[in-house]
Amino acid sequence: MVNSPSADAPVWSIVGPLFAHFAVLSLMAIGGGVVMVAPDMQRFVVDAQHWITAEQFSAAYAIAQAAPGPNLLFVTLVGWQVAGWAGAAAATVAILAPPTALTIAMVRVSTNRAPGPLARAVGKGLAPISVGLVFATGWILFNGGSADWRAAGLALLAAFVVLRTKVNPVWMIAAGAAAGVVGLV
Amino acid sequence: MALPTKISPLQLFIAFSEMALSGFGGVLPFAYRALVERRRWLSAEEFPKLLALSQVMPGPTICNLSVMFGYRSAGLTGAAAALGGMIAVPIAIVLALGIGYQHFGELPPVRRALAGMSAVAAGLIVATAVKMARTVPRRIFPISLLMLAFVGVGLMRFPLIAVIVLVAPIGVLVAWRERW
Repeated sequence: MVNSPSADAPVWSIVGPLFAHFAVLSLMAIGGGVVMVAPDMQRFVVDAQHWITAEQFSAAYAIAQAAPGPNLLFVTLVGWQVAGWAGAAAATVAILAPPTALTIAMVRVSTNRAPGPLARAVGKGLAPISVGLVFATGWILFNGGSADWRAAGLALLAAFVVLRTKVNPVWMIAAGAAAGVVGLV
Repeated sequence: MALPTKISPLQLFIAFSEMALSGFGGVLPFAYRALVERRRWLSAEEFPKLLALSQVMPGPTICNLSVMFGYRSAGLTGAAAALGGMIAVPIAIVLALGIGYQHFGELPPVRRALAGMSAVAAGLIVATAVKMARTVPRRIFPISLLMLAFVGVGLMRFPLIAVIVLVAPIGVLVAWRERW
């Protein structure tokens, strides 16, 4: 672990609360994916428990973005930074198992139905909240990195390019790495 | 959902691995391409239905979609095969990169590269949020909910559960009564 402050604590005393917190958060990720609960993950592992730094959290997110696959896998890296292999397993299972169990239960009950009126009201009512939370994720990831004006400029430029063009986001991440190496950030 | 033939768990695992590994920066477009266009396991009408259901369920949308499709194709084994295909290889890749970060994260060029990547990643998330925000009705109520969630969780750093418990019931209630 890079400067992990949690290295000397017994692993179960970290993995238990990590699992419980992420499992609860997995059920709150409605309409915005796991990204919308990232601010609370960061609050928990960085601010409340001091297991990792904000910079490590942002790095975990950025590294996962540079890899193929579902973007929720930053959770695996956060768990790994917090408590090694046990942490990676706990965080991943915590974020996947409760929604998977619910989804299977739902498929067993209704095999071929569009969401009912209540489900639609839940979806519609929570949608603006999800959007606000995704903005919050952008904000905390940004603060966690190097929050100077050049990084802010790079973040805004990336957002602008992705909104205006069809460029694959992974090239943007690569460009960000290059900009960092040559000292633009 | 009318599935043409029974799909074996192995076929599911391979198909979902392929989707996951093509999906840099979002797997969903590749899921559509693979399930609807290439393999014709789903029709263009069935896919959005499955997606809508995956989105109203809590948790990662693409994994819910994998579980649902896998379960319908080959029961619990199918669900495990599809979800496993979606995450197994990507997890190995992400962890390999994480181990690299553990060893080289302190080197100045790596540190600077990660600072640049982090800034871009934050920008990409903001872009996603902007895209999502375009679907939010321009009314005082939904906009207030959006702001409350951002300020409460992002700026004030209140626990998410507190914000959800206070704000979500109001949103659902008003949406239920079609007030926006």
